[in-house]
Amino acid sequence: MEYFITLAKIVFILTFQFGLMPLFIWLERKGSAYIQDRRGPNRAAILGFTLGGLFHVIADAVKMFVKEDSIPENASKILFSLAPAMVVIPALLTFAVIPFGNILVLGERVINLQAVSLNVGILYIFAISSMGVYGIFIAGWASNNKYSLLGGLRAAAQMISYEISLGLSIIGLLMIYQAIDLQVIVQKQGFLFGGIIPAWGVVVQPLGFILFIVAGFAEVNRTPFDLPEGESEIVAGYHTEYSSLKFAMFYMGEYINMVVMSALITTLFFGGWQVPFLFNDGFRFYSWFLALPPIVVTLLQVSSFALKVMFFCWFFVWTRWTLPRFRYDQLMRLGWKVMLPLALANIFITGILILLFG
Amino acid sequence: MPLKVGQDMTFKERMYLIEIVKGLAITLKHALKNLVRPSRILTVEYPEQKKTVTSEYRGQHRLVRREDGSPRCVACMLCATNCPAGCITIVAAEHEDPAVEKYPLTYEIDELRCIFCGLCVEACPCDAIRMDTGIYDMANYSRESLRYKKDLLLQS
Repeated sequence: MEYFITLAKIVFILTFQFGLMPLFIWLERKGSAYIQDRRGPNRAAILGFTLGGLFHVIADAVKMFVKEDSIPENASKILFSLAPAMVVIPALLTFAVIPFGNILVLGERVINLQAVSLNVGILYIFAISSMGVYGIFIAGWASNNKYSLLGGLRAAAQMISYEISLGLSIIGLLMIYQAIDLQVIVQKQGFLFGGIIPAWGVVVQPLGFILFIVAGFAEVNRTPFDLPEGESEIVAGYHTEYSSLKFAMFYMGEYINMVVMSALITTLFFGGWQVPFLFNDGFRFYSWFLALPPIVVTLLQVSSFALKVMFFCWFFVWTRWTLPRFRYDQLMRLGWKVMLPLALANIFITGILILLFG
Repeated sequence: MPLKVGQDMTFKERMYLIEIVKGLAITLKHALKNLVRPSRILTVEYPEQKKTVTSEYRGQHRLVRREDGSPRCVACMLCATNCPAGCITIVAAEHEDPAVEKYPLTYEIDELRCIFCGLCVEACPCDAIRMDTGIYDMANYSRESLRYKKDLLLQS
């Protein structure tokens, strides 16, 4: 039975990621169109229904399947084929420790709505997500193309620079919650200050949140930090030479990475599955109380998590079509001269405040 | 608003975040406006909707007919001579009516070569060729089918 529950959780997580990805791509295309006063995709139809262009994602997938899969003559063939998988797999793995619901008690059975309950949760995430850069860099190198190599180099330099800020920006959060297991972090965010304001990460660590979200954008190579792709400068960066399903895997990896980053932002700074005023037995607001069965509470929590993740997916789209790309020196200056000192200062100030008031 | 670069920016602008929030507000405003009223988007859905062209618009050529239905063209070759792209080919033949003298046995316009300058229309002494059909999407699958013959030009 335990195996079945674990299997069900894994299936749920994979469905969540692979289900959100096409929605995300659709959101990107339609959202960008509406932001730019265009109509966006509205042609692909099944039986006359277009569903606002949702079928374009399917049409794209079919197109990717039937395209020629070309490998450059002088490319390193094994690494060239391996690289796309090395981008997608870490992206998929990262989700394992992200909790999508509270610990559910059904009679005798206790189900932790988190695929793997690791006590090193957040360290696991950083360990796995930093593997993603290998895929990108290997893709850039193996293509034997100067633009790809430049893209790969940029990706490596950028991701290493911003990973430091990404890691340091949440130290303050870990100090406050005294935990690195993500489920515990989310549970602690259920606390209410003065019975009103939830102790979400964004409330207790506003600076940490800004640093994390900026570094997160850089980590998933998203505008304004999409220099590794930089189509106006280096064709398409590390995936210049890729076509067909290999390109589709890079595309998938990019979007799954963003889903994971949205889930991480939600989990760390926006209370994960927490719904304000919702406790294990129902809604509670001072003396007012609405009792709910545990399964309804769990459903509310899971949908709350999904909604928050979707909001941040939209946020990724929204910023992409608002901001232009950084210049390379600006990117490095921001990373090392602004983000890093601020992250260190954040840890310092948080430490002092915990000493004084904790 | 003039673009500010480097040193010209105030400290508030250098902070980026406030300016980013302003930018996000603008894009969100556009997105919501278009989401609520998609009919206000100016896109012309081309194959179904077409822009109306003005009467002066130089589109696909047509040959004008006489009252009896035969082409007005007298095969004087002025259009072919005048054509800067050299896309008009006329083979002249003697007309039965002695008052008319000549008529075009074949009249062919290569629409792929044509630059739509309208000089053929200007040159024609008989007002036999016009470009007032308003057709601008003459796409086809082969080059040969875009060499418009006399019958086709007389039809439109």
